[in-house]
Amino acid sequence: MTLELLGGGRKLADKLGEELSVVLMGVSLGDLGKEAIAFGADKAYIVDDALLKDYQTDAYVAVMEKVVKQVSPSILLFGTTSMGRDLAPRLAFRLDTAVSMDCVELDIDPDSKLLLQTRPVYGGNARAVYICENTRPQMAAVRAKALDPLERDDARKGEVTSIEAGLDPSIIRTKVVDTVKEEVTGIKLEDADIIVTGGRGIGGAEGFQELEPLAKALGAAIGATRPPCDNGWVPASLQVGLTGKIVSPTLYIAVALSGSSQHIAGCSGSKNIVAINKDPEANIFKEARFGVVGDYKKVLPAFTEKVKELLG
Amino acid sequence: MPNMIVCVKQIADPEAPPGSFKVDEAAKQVLPAAGVSQVVSPFDEQAVEAALRIKDAQGGKITVLSLGKNFVMDVIKKPLSMGADEMILLQDPAFEGSDSHTTAYALAMAIKKVGEYDLIFCGRQAADWDAGQVGSGIAEILGIPAITPAKNVELVNGNVKVERVVTDGYEVIEASTPLLIMVSNELGEPRYPKLKGIMAAAKKEVPTWNAQDIGADAAKLGAGGARAKVHKLFIPVKEGKCEIIEGENPEDAAVNLALKLRER
Repeated sequence: MTLELLGGGRKLADKLGEELSVVLMGVSLGDLGKEAIAFGADKAYIVDDALLKDYQTDAYVAVMEKVVKQVSPSILLFGTTSMGRDLAPRLAFRLDTAVSMDCVELDIDPDSKLLLQTRPVYGGNARAVYICENTRPQMAAVRAKALDPLERDDARKGEVTSIEAGLDPSIIRTKVVDTVKEEVTGIKLEDADIIVTGGRGIGGAEGFQELEPLAKALGAAIGATRPPCDNGWVPASLQVGLTGKIVSPTLYIAVALSGSSQHIAGCSGSKNIVAINKDPEANIFKEARFGVVGDYKKVLPAFTEKVKELLG
Repeated sequence: MPNMIVCVKQIADPEAPPGSFKVDEAAKQVLPAAGVSQVVSPFDEQAVEAALRIKDAQGGKITVLSLGKNFVMDVIKKPLSMGADEMILLQDPAFEGSDSHTTAYALAMAIKKVGEYDLIFCGRQAADWDAGQVGSGIAEILGIPAITPAKNVELVNGNVKVERVVTDGYEVIEASTPLLIMVSNELGEPRYPKLKGIMAAAKKEVPTWNAQDIGADAAKLGAGGARAKVHKLFIPVKEGKCEIIEGENPEDAAVNLALKLRER
C-alpha cells in the first residue's frame, strides 16, 4: 500500500511542482527510508519508537500531529487499510481539516490546484469528487490498487530524517491484548487470479461447500457477499464489497448473488465477471460479461465437470 | 450499570435496486427515488444491537440520538422498538448542508447535554454517503478513545473488550470507559423488534432538540462549518453488455458457458 501511495503521490507532487515526503512509523525500521526513496519519495521521515510497534490510535495520531506541524504538507495521503480507516479520520478532526475515505482516484484541479478526491458514495451507486478549500492539509485515504507503484530505482536521491516520537505512554488509552488470525485455506482473495463468490442465494454453509470443487479445479479463491458472512455461513474475512475486500481478478464467477452496489464496489475492477443466477432481472447481469440464468444447484455441478474436462 | 448512547441515521434504503438511483449533477444532490422507503442505516442498527447485547448481559440504559430531517417516525423509532430506552431527534435548518465535521460536532454537543455516558456506539459508516468518520469525530471532540470497525463488544468488570476487524481476522482491544465504538456488519444481524416493543415505541415521546437546545456555536454547523465540499457528483457509466449463455436446460447452458470461457 505504501508503494502505491508513493507512486500516486509522486504524480500529484510532480503536477504541483512540490516535494513528496513519506512518514514511516514503527519499530526497527532499518533502511526503509532509502527503500521509500527508491520508490519515489524525495524525503523520508522516520519515527522509530517501541511504542509504535503495534498500531494504536492515540500513539499514531499524536505522532502524525507532530509530524504534520513540523512538515506542513499541502496534501496528506493514507491507505484505506485497517490502520488508515481509524487513523485518518481521527487525525483529520485533530487537525481540524477534512479527509475523504476510500478514494478510488486522485487528481489535481488544473485551475484551483486543489486535490480532487473521488470516492464511491451511496454504496457505489454514485461517485463524488470532494475538495477541501480552506483547511490544510488536504487529506485522502486511498483504496488498495487504485494507485500504481513506480518501478524501483535505486539511483533516486533523497533525504532521510529521523523525528523523535516523544510519546508519553500515558496518552495511550487502548491496548491490543490479542490478534486472532482467521486463516483461510487455499488462495487468498487479494492474490487470486480467479475468484468464485457466493451470495445469499447459496442458502447456507453447506451450499458454500458446493463452490469448492469448482474453486479447486480453477485454482480459485472463494469469496462471499455480506449476508453469508453476517449469517456466519463463512468467515467474515471472505467478504468482498465496500466493507470487505476489494478485489480485481481476471475472472470473477458470481454465483447466486444479486449484485448489490455495495458488493459491486468490491469486485468491479475484475476483468471478466461471470454471473450464475436464477433471476434474469438480477443486477449482477448488468455488471457481467457472461451470464447463465438458472438455479446454481443445477448449473454449478455441470459447469464444474465441464471445466475439469477442459482443463484435464 | 452502563449508560449507553447510540447515534443512528435515517437514510433511503440502500438495498433498493441500483437502477432506481438518480442524482442531480448540477445541484450535486441525490434525488429521492419513488417507491424507495426510508430505513435506519444498517450499520447503525448493528450499533443498536451491540448496545442491546450489553444491556441483555448486565442492564443499563440506552439513549438513541439521530440528526436529520423529514423523519418518518415509524422508521426512526425502530431502535426503541428493538429495546432502547430513550430517543432524541436533532433537527434544525441550521444543521443542513452538514459534512462529517459539523455532524460530529452537533452530535457531540447533544451527547454532552445528555450528560453521563460510558459507551457511545455508532455505525462504522452511514450507508448513504459512506464517509466513515463521524464516530471518530465525536470521540475526538469529546476527548475519548474510539475503536473502529468493531464486530463484538463486551463489558467485563467495567472494562471494555472490543474485537476490531482487521484484514485477516481481528484484534482484541481493551479500554476503559468512556469509549466510543464504531460497529461493523460482522457483528451479525440485528434483532427484529417484537410486537410489544413496537407498541411501546409508538407511544414513546421523542423530544426534538435544535441547535440552540444543544448550545451549538452556529459557525460550526451546517454548510458554513463544513470542511469538505462536494465538487462533483455523478453516476458512473456502465457498459452493460452481458451475453447470456443459452442452453436446452441449465446443465446444458453451464457446459456452453465453460466452452465460451475456454475460447477466451
